[in-house]
Amino acid sequence: MIINHPLLGPRDSQEFIYLGDANLIERPDWQAANAVETFHDYLYLRDNPAGEHRELWYHEQGDRSWLVVTRNTVTHEISKVELARDVARSKGRSK
Amino acid sequence: MRYSGFKVIKEALTGHKGWQPAWRDPAPQPHYDIIVIGGGGHGLATAYYLARQFGQHRVAVLEKGWIGGGNVGRNTTIIRSNYLLDGNEPFYEFSMKLWENLEQDFNFNAMVSQRGVLNLCHTDAQRDAMRRRGNAMRLNGVDAELLDTEGVRRMAPFLNFESARFPIKGGLLQRRGGTVRHDAVAWGYARGADARGVDIIQNCEVTGFRIENGRVKGVETTRGFIGAGKVGVAVAGSSSKVMGMAGMRLPIESHVLQAFVSEGLKPVLPGVITYGAGHFYVSQSDKGGLVFGGDIDGYNSYAQRGNLPVVEDVCEGGMSLMPMIGRARLLRMWGGIMDMSMDGSPIIDKTHVEGLYFNGGWCYGGFKATPASGWAFAHLLATDTPHSTAKAYRFDRFLKGLMIDEKGMGAQPNLH
Repeated sequence: MIINHPLLGPRDSQEFIYLGDANLIERPDWQAANAVETFHDYLYLRDNPAGEHRELWYHEQGDRSWLVVTRNTVTHEISKVELARDVARSKGRSK
Repeated sequence: MRYSGFKVIKEALTGHKGWQPAWRDPAPQPHYDIIVIGGGGHGLATAYYLARQFGQHRVAVLEKGWIGGGNVGRNTTIIRSNYLLDGNEPFYEFSMKLWENLEQDFNFNAMVSQRGVLNLCHTDAQRDAMRRRGNAMRLNGVDAELLDTEGVRRMAPFLNFESARFPIKGGLLQRRGGTVRHDAVAWGYARGADARGVDIIQNCEVTGFRIENGRVKGVETTRGFIGAGKVGVAVAGSSSKVMGMAGMRLPIESHVLQAFVSEGLKPVLPGVITYGAGHFYVSQSDKGGLVFGGDIDGYNSYAQRGNLPVVEDVCEGGMSLMPMIGRARLLRMWGGIMDMSMDGSPIIDKTHVEGLYFNGGWCYGGFKATPASGWAFAHLLATDTPHSTAKAYRFDRFLKGLMIDEKGMGAQPNLH
């Protein structure tokens, strides 16, 4: 697979480490009353769709950036690549 | 359909025109006591033990495609019970004992061949870990032998003992481990279940559950609604898709694992050998092909095919361990979809829906578990209590901190 890095252009997926579902960016509030349940769901449960999947890839053998890659889990086709930093900021995180 | 030596000779002399299908092709009935979704090894074994062991005869197995077309026909056929943790080892040993009597039990030749499984170690630390594992196995009454370098050399003199980087320090041997003809496992269970009245319904995809007041009433399928008292789901690889129809999110990711077969060779391997420095495991089929595999590709996938970097990685592992295979040509390769769970161990449990039961999360170790998985799932479906060896395989173990993590990798499914 070739991942079209927003800064570096097309790179072989072998340069990256795969983490998993991009929802892992959405860390729950640890002070909430139901934090035990929400952290269980956050850490252990996955949508695991057959089809379009947003997921985190880390460019370990490159610029060490985290990417949010939108990829089809049935065809392996990659339709969108974003910097995870931009995705988090667009949600009002890490300003 | 009965098999006998006389029948084989008679058919050989009469052009093999008298063989009958080994199981029926029934139309679905309006209602069953128990429906098992998934006609793979685990689903068929479940149905077989439901009928044989637990006296349930109004049982149906629903299969989207055809029997044996999924992972039971896509694995590398290895059986073993060399686990470390208490939650796992009694279960896999129970499975091994069932393998040892399987052919007599369902009267079908599954070619169970206990040629031994040898795990190699390449550092002192790895040897210590193997000693610990071997002791844990023996505490559970399972056979385990720790071999030194010379012991390994006597068994497999062709290995790369001269490697400066990864010298072979020894190995953990389970002599009762080995290989089984995987397709025959599916066929044997299907035939045995069918003979006991189980309806095996192929080309019947489940498209939804009918759930009323928190209780399952049946399943919607491409061949219409089928009512059921209880529904068991054994569809590893597609678990998230099927359980999603019942509103559940699972502690599972689907990943693709590749496997490979070389051209047929004369007998060269004594049994199953696994490499401790890379991820490579290999055995030789009775036809002579080397059957081998390695790591999963490492990203979520429902495509039954992988990518080339893993092919290269697996073959490098093979060349590093046994350079003699370098001239053998790769004949076939394929991929299967694995339920990679969050701690590397399976789940056999009830769900929040009454009458709906789940069996999955087998990672890439499901084949060896087939008999015990079927037995334990049948036990759960028939009696509503978990089998004594499968009590730890619960959904809530993640919430309670009771993970069964053989590799100690944490909630990172592609590392298990």
